[in-house]
Amino acid sequence: MTRIRFHQELDELKHRILAMAGLAEQAVDLAVQAYSQRDAVLCERVLASEAGINRAEREVDEFAIDLLAMQQPMAIDLRFILAVIKINADLERVGDQAVNIVQRVMNMLELPPSELPVDIPAMATRVRAMVRDALRSFIEGDPEVAKHVLEADDEIDRMNHEAFAALSRYMQSQPDGAVQALDALSIARNLERVADHATNIAEDVIFWIRGADVRHGAGYSSAGS
Amino acid sequence: MTTAVEVRDLKAWFGKTEALHGINMSVEARHATAVIGPSGCGKSTFIRCLNRMHETNPEAKAQGKVEVGGTDIYEMPAVDVRRRVGMVFQKPNPFPSMTIYDNVAAGLKLNGTRNRRTLDEVVEHSLQQAALWDEVKDVLKKKSGASLSGGQQQRLCIARALAVKPEVMLMDEPASALDPISTAKIEDLIFELKQKLTIVIVTHNMQQASRVAEFTGFFLMGNLIEFDKTEKIFTNPSDKRTEDYITGRFG
Repeated sequence: MTRIRFHQELDELKHRILAMAGLAEQAVDLAVQAYSQRDAVLCERVLASEAGINRAEREVDEFAIDLLAMQQPMAIDLRFILAVIKINADLERVGDQAVNIVQRVMNMLELPPSELPVDIPAMATRVRAMVRDALRSFIEGDPEVAKHVLEADDEIDRMNHEAFAALSRYMQSQPDGAVQALDALSIARNLERVADHATNIAEDVIFWIRGADVRHGAGYSSAGS
Repeated sequence: MTTAVEVRDLKAWFGKTEALHGINMSVEARHATAVIGPSGCGKSTFIRCLNRMHETNPEAKAQGKVEVGGTDIYEMPAVDVRRRVGMVFQKPNPFPSMTIYDNVAAGLKLNGTRNRRTLDEVVEHSLQQAALWDEVKDVLKKKSGASLSGGQQQRLCIARALAVKPEVMLMDEPASALDPISTAKIEDLIFELKQKLTIVIVTHNMQQASRVAEFTGFFLMGNLIEFDKTEKIFTNPSDKRTEDYITGRFG
């Protein structure tokens, strides 16, 4: 084993992005809780967490760029660092989506609760599972887990379309609830985007481990074994 | 794509020790092919077999087929092989007592060329090809090859090899003894030269291999483990041993 220090630094990079992932994951969890519990305090916590996520993004990028410049990584190490840079951007966007969600929740808190024909918590449960699995595939370097994340994205897309259809009908039949329905529609859309970022992370894990680009519908089978 | 050098089941020995265990490789014409691997893996032995330099060691022998331009080099006089397949070594080795001019003209004179005008033309052209002409044109017959800097000496050796118009140029760590600027000049030169001839370069510097070569072969313990396009080798090699070597996990 040579280049021990370099490989220790790669471990450190992984450690740092996982810390960043923890912040982004927690932001989504809190945002969903804020919706379910109509909790303004939780909304404030999510808003306050954004600066930390942004700072962590910059630090991970700087560390990754330093490694690229100083260590000239090759093969799986090169792919790992490139994957980390891309995953880092996705995690920051996950944090942004959490902020978007609580901004909508804060709008909704100014209005009385209403029975909307959309199950946001159910959708959120699946999205959070996707994020968790995407991160697990990264932690374990397991492309099979990543593959399941890619497959799960279709279900989230379907739920988002259903939410759109149901809430559109609701707005036509109940114009007084249109504002709340629009907020719920945005939240569903934000969750669908979180799922897209989880999918991107899973694709990056497959690129890291197998060197295969499975983005934009390129078959997982091309990733080899 | 045209094959410049075809290597089939090439084995090489030093005494009773088998240093190469049956190498197969097709070297593409007018491209650079890098040969990488840890010390003692057989990479220098391999390229020394491509112009029969290996057999200059009395203990050494080689077996198998090496074809240059379709001709088996073991069916040709060794001197003809070395004219068609030039070589540049790690340490620049100009003839120390000769002028710059005579260093470049030495090979031609050895081959019987005596016409002064022809020699002048070839010396100038070779030095231009080696990107050294502008630096030495005023002192061609005044200074010895040994008076030049290390980087200039290496380019002089390249000019000397180019003067006999080889089809293939073998380079055994040509820049490992040079500073970064001289190294960059050699790498630029490789880019120019491979428009017209075929380069096979042994290097310990993997960044250099990735910069200059379209194809790369990874040797380990006398075997060619993997041979592929350079970008494939350095971004997503097929063999775990290649990956472990280039990522520094062993070696």
